[in-house]
Amino acid sequence: MTLGSWLALFVALIGAAEIVRALRQRGLKHERWRRFFRNRTTSWGLGILVFLVIVAIAAPLVAPLDPIKQHDPVHLKNLPPSWTFILGTDVFSRDVWSRVVYGARVSLGIGALGALVAVSLGSLVGAVAGYYGRRVDAVLMRGVDVGLALPRIFILLMAVALWDGLPFVTLALAIGLTSWFGTSRLVRAEVLSLQQRDFVVAARALGAGDGRVIFRHVLPNAAAPIIVSAALGVGNVLLLEASLSFLGIGVAPPRPSWGNMIADGASSLYTAPWTTLFPGLAISLVVMSLNAVADGLRDALDPREEGGAA
Amino acid sequence: MTAVGGMWLVRRLVASVAIIFAVVTFVFILIHVAPGKACTGEPGETADPVECARRAREFALDRPLPEQYRRYLVALAQGDFGYSFSLHRPVREALADTIPFTLQLAGAALLLDFLLGLGLGIYQAGRVNRLPDLIIGNFTLFIYSLPTFWLALLLLLVFGEKLGWFPVGGASDPIFCPVVDSAYCLFDRLWHLALPAATLGLVGAAGTARFQRAAMLEVASQDYVRTARAKGVPERRVVLRHQLRNALLSFITRFGLAFPFLLTGAVLIETVFAWPGMGRLAFDAILTRDYALVTATALIASVVVVAGNLLADVLLGIADPRLRVRSGVDAESIAA
Repeated sequence: MTLGSWLALFVALIGAAEIVRALRQRGLKHERWRRFFRNRTTSWGLGILVFLVIVAIAAPLVAPLDPIKQHDPVHLKNLPPSWTFILGTDVFSRDVWSRVVYGARVSLGIGALGALVAVSLGSLVGAVAGYYGRRVDAVLMRGVDVGLALPRIFILLMAVALWDGLPFVTLALAIGLTSWFGTSRLVRAEVLSLQQRDFVVAARALGAGDGRVIFRHVLPNAAAPIIVSAALGVGNVLLLEASLSFLGIGVAPPRPSWGNMIADGASSLYTAPWTTLFPGLAISLVVMSLNAVADGLRDALDPREEGGAA
Repeated sequence: MTAVGGMWLVRRLVASVAIIFAVVTFVFILIHVAPGKACTGEPGETADPVECARRAREFALDRPLPEQYRRYLVALAQGDFGYSFSLHRPVREALADTIPFTLQLAGAALLLDFLLGLGLGIYQAGRVNRLPDLIIGNFTLFIYSLPTFWLALLLLLVFGEKLGWFPVGGASDPIFCPVVDSAYCLFDRLWHLALPAATLGLVGAAGTARFQRAAMLEVASQDYVRTARAKGVPERRVVLRHQLRNALLSFITRFGLAFPFLLTGAVLIETVFAWPGMGRLAFDAILTRDYALVTATALIASVVVVAGNLLADVLLGIADPRLRVRSGVDAESIAA
């Protein structure tokens, strides 16, 4: 580690803490955001996420070394953590810390992109099915039934293993395209109940087109389950990417993703456990934070708690 | 069962078969349109054009896809899963060898999942927002967020390698047990099962505990719970008789949804622990483009998922009298 990267890391930490503090200050004015911040774990989760996003963006500053360069495969391989290599080196003598930092870009990027695809598609299909009802609903929901019965891991393995060398954006798309079925059911249920509400009926009576009613009136009011499933979705996509990469068919080496780092490390699990330990810890930390934030969002956005005892 | 219930069950069964049929068709198309020939993927074998042509003829791979699909369905209808050309044996045999191992793994994991998860969830619900609840809550949140394969590697490192308490892979003693059957070997199998099952079971239990706690709290604000308390029913009895009984209904739904998790887990856990189950078999089949084996494992996987949902719905119909008159139960909407 160089002085510069320590400094950058320190700044990232302070920055994350400051951002969360500012958000909290503003949030305390609103009832629902007060509920969000009521839980300690949620605030911590948010802080960790903000910190990791900053680190991912500022990767060249925070990582002291090139994540792909093999420094000396003979003498510097599988070194335990030290002041130079703060998290040790891997089997190819690459710096684990730098790889974890650059891996954040890949893993968080795939998580965000995949979840975006899944949530958009799920919301759209759910809203259309719920809004139009009858035939459209029947056809779409039978499709969703099939989607939920698909052995997703097999489908992804097939898609990724057989179409060799997919760029990682495609990987995110593939995961997103197989992850929207649950969301669409949630959104459909929400839309069905909104359907009868006065403001939707009024909008329609005023001559608003279907598209306008769906996007301006129905979907914004179905935001709560959508937001929560987006937060959970990022974690799920990230875990799937890690699983695929661990099986050796996700993000192609030498580009670091947390999953393929574990796959690399597993071969020397007993002699150099740190190469497996730290990327896994990073995954766990992110997924845990996302779950904590999703818990907080669920509390904050739950209409039943509105004006409640809290 | 009433006539309405009978009709409902028939309709659900027909729908389930249709879903499985659609899944199989989708997988069949996907594996056949994927780039690469059937004989290019086998590790350790170089593609021999003569062998490729012979195999293509033998398995009718040179025919148009619709015809292959028709042949496949006809064979399937007769209970013939086809021939695995990567293992050089009928798919049925390969499945018969591996499925029992996956069942052992999933069964043991499910047992741990439900016993531990339900216990923790119920315990927490009795102490909401007090110290034990917060400690267990953060702990289950942490475990629930771990990648299963990583937890597997950690347990392997600590309990397999460092402490040497458990074997580091395989399903039984490779030298002694395949030939002799004894009490030692039964113990040996359980001993091999411990780490893989614990990995899947722990992560599952953390999810179950979180789910069960939320389900108990959901019920806690219902009028009948408040009434029971107001009547002076002892707290313990309120939790166990009023809250738990109703919260168990949503737990049945969770049971139905546990199968996809176990399936994904099986692929990863079996890889880490060299467990000779179906998940590993399916993964290898995909890598070798073994058409018959891939479609067969996908078929079984989707049957398991659909059957799990159906079973949960039927159980729910039996357990909850309010649902008996309704035409159907949407498991997912209750879980949400």
